[in-house]
Amino acid sequence: MDFVNAIILLLNYIFVPALAYGSQLALGAIFVTLIYGILRFANFATGDMMSFGTMFVILFTFYFQSVGISFGVLPTALLAIPFGIIFMVGYMLIIDKLVFKYYRINKSPPVQLAMVSIGVMFVTQAVVRIIIGPSDRRFFDGEKFLIKAGEFKEMTGLNEGLAIKSTQVITIIVTLILVSTLFWFLNKTKTGKSMRAYSDNEDLALLSGIDPKKIVMITWVIAGILATIGGALYGLDKSFKPFTYFNNMLPIFAAAIVGGIGNPFGAFLGGYVIAFSEILLTYAYRKFFMYVLPESMEPDGLIQLLSTDYKFAVSFSILVIVLLYRPSGIFKGKVL
Amino acid sequence: MRKNLNVIAAYGIMMGLIILVGIFQSWNIALSIFNLCLISAVMTMGANIQWGYAGLINFGIMGFTALGGLAAVLISVDPVQEAWSAGGFNILFSLFLIIAMVLTVRYILKNYKKSKNRTYIVAAIIILGIVIIRFISEPGIEAIEGVNPAKTGFLGGLGLPIIFSWVVGAFFAGGLAFVIGKVALGLRADYLAIATLLISEIVIAIIKHEDWLTRGVKNVIGLKRPAPYEVNLQQTDWFISLVEKFNLSKLNLITDLTERQATLNQLVIEGSSVFVKLCYSGLFLVVVIILLILTQKALYSPWGRMMRAIRDNEEAANAMGKNVVKQHLLIFVLGSAIVGIAGAMLVTQDGLFTPGSYRPLRYTFLIWVMVIIGGSGNNFGAILGGFVVWFLWIEAAPIGLYLVNLTTAGLDDTHFLKVHLIESVPYFRFLMMGVGLLVIMRYRPKGILPEKIEIK
Repeated sequence: MDFVNAIILLLNYIFVPALAYGSQLALGAIFVTLIYGILRFANFATGDMMSFGTMFVILFTFYFQSVGISFGVLPTALLAIPFGIIFMVGYMLIIDKLVFKYYRINKSPPVQLAMVSIGVMFVTQAVVRIIIGPSDRRFFDGEKFLIKAGEFKEMTGLNEGLAIKSTQVITIIVTLILVSTLFWFLNKTKTGKSMRAYSDNEDLALLSGIDPKKIVMITWVIAGILATIGGALYGLDKSFKPFTYFNNMLPIFAAAIVGGIGNPFGAFLGGYVIAFSEILLTYAYRKFFMYVLPESMEPDGLIQLLSTDYKFAVSFSILVIVLLYRPSGIFKGKVL
Repeated sequence: MRKNLNVIAAYGIMMGLIILVGIFQSWNIALSIFNLCLISAVMTMGANIQWGYAGLINFGIMGFTALGGLAAVLISVDPVQEAWSAGGFNILFSLFLIIAMVLTVRYILKNYKKSKNRTYIVAAIIILGIVIIRFISEPGIEAIEGVNPAKTGFLGGLGLPIIFSWVVGAFFAGGLAFVIGKVALGLRADYLAIATLLISEIVIAIIKHEDWLTRGVKNVIGLKRPAPYEVNLQQTDWFISLVEKFNLSKLNLITDLTERQATLNQLVIEGSSVFVKLCYSGLFLVVVIILLILTQKALYSPWGRMMRAIRDNEEAANAMGKNVVKQHLLIFVLGSAIVGIAGAMLVTQDGLFTPGSYRPLRYTFLIWVMVIIGGSGNNFGAILGGFVVWFLWIEAAPIGLYLVNLTTAGLDDTHFLKVHLIESVPYFRFLMMGVGLLVIMRYRPKGILPEKIEIK
């Protein structure tokens, strides 16, 4: 029985939260990797673009709530996401036309594009803060828990409860659907294949009659969808605050590079690698060992490898190690 | 003279703007803007020799700034004797172990051929070392943090004058840059940017959470000053007579003696804070001028030529027998050291060390905006960038407020749009920076004062 308790403990505090957090990171990482692979620059405005999309989702959610539309047990935000995406894609296409296009046509070095993306970052941040303000916002409604800890205890008679939030389940399901559609699109459809060809070898792709304008546009559209959904899911699970979104850019970058930048599948797995290592390394295992070990060997300390303050530092250290030993990432992305 | 006309004009306009602030707002604000402009100028010089001279992207400026600030704390704060006796031994022993561990790993890496076994042994040594160090340092850290946590709870510093920390800060930042450079300089430009950005976040995380060293988010306040204190100045005779002399015409208008005394007191209080700020300005100006002379000399030296050659064509420079890796490392260390000086200056001026205030937007990206807008590769441009951008950063709110009032003049004062816009005035600075950066990058990619290399 103790052993089952220990498993449930790990499931509750490590596995489920890490899976949800990893899915959110994975969506962001695919966004970064797509921009990097096809438009060829590191987008430092990632976090702020995600907050921009989320902002519209929130505004529509508030609007729906005010007119009384709801989605039953599911959060209203899910209904608002498509509208958020429309605004987000529009914004991205405008930004591309006004800003990035010029440098792409002039074939500027990637560094210059990265610098430009910092300008976009500042502007987006200002727009988000001016429209919705810098404060914390919660926009979750509907049923909060799928399984409550107390109910689970009653049901199974165990000491440890397993609580699963509905947002966690929604996050994981939506991510799986979205990512599998994306991979289907990239691998099976003609447009997807031409996108991959363009990413692989631009000149060859142009020679074979692929229209670069169309590729770039579709990339921004997909990026907009990913950024909005990723941001909205993160906001539903935790809360929306522009500053947090800006900070999330860092683990997202780490996930994209760990997975091999330019490689969407790598980015997808990279998100989970980062999330799991962050949570595994900063979890206090005391209770777990109390269940597993005989009473005489019970530990005194918290058995925590790193204090939770270093959560971010963990992912960055992993990134540094990967950069040192396998600069192309775990799943072979573009060689540096 | 004619060639430098644009430089002189640009600086003249900038000074004029600051003087206008002094006349219309107050001299206190003008001087605090000027001081921070000078500090920003030091930072931009550091970033400029990395980016402008050598083409290295360093997005870790925040980390080096924070290390400079840490140096200011460790140099100037008086040592906490109790804490040292409580846990000093454990900390020193852990430090010794860390050094021993690094040396062993180095020895193994140097003397044994690359093999799987070697990797495993190195990994084992590092993991074992970390575990042992944690076991030894933990009680020490707890003891230190337990010593009067409301006031100290850390080891304190050396109790030396804070000016020394400017040099030490440079060494701290340079040391970190050496380690980062060894690790990350082989990466391609945008990866280097991401790697340094993330490493600087790690540095901040450590400074924030290692309370025994830095007091963490509890902040260190009341650092020593290189300048006199306002309270002391207000009671010094020569200062009061100086203020009196300056404002004689104003004071003579007042006939009532008690009123005259009250006005004088008011003026002395204002004057004292201006005087203190002027002292800082003087100190900072000395640093800026020394650095400017050194960097200008370096730019026109054979070494500067070599750096530009490496920047413009790495392969060709390599083929000419220049050691690209070594030079990159050197310039990375030098630039970061300058940023470290700026970090120490910043903490000196504020008189307090707040690890929570180090955020990448303010300390990394804003500095980059300064370098790009001012003109990378040109020291005068970089300094000008520091001045212009900092000035706008501070004055953006008043300008934004003015614009909002102008555009919404037709609306009622309680109209929700107007209220909302006035509330969000502080964020206009982000908008201004972003648009400024984008416009400069598009229409004047070399900055306000572009790089000009004359062959002498």
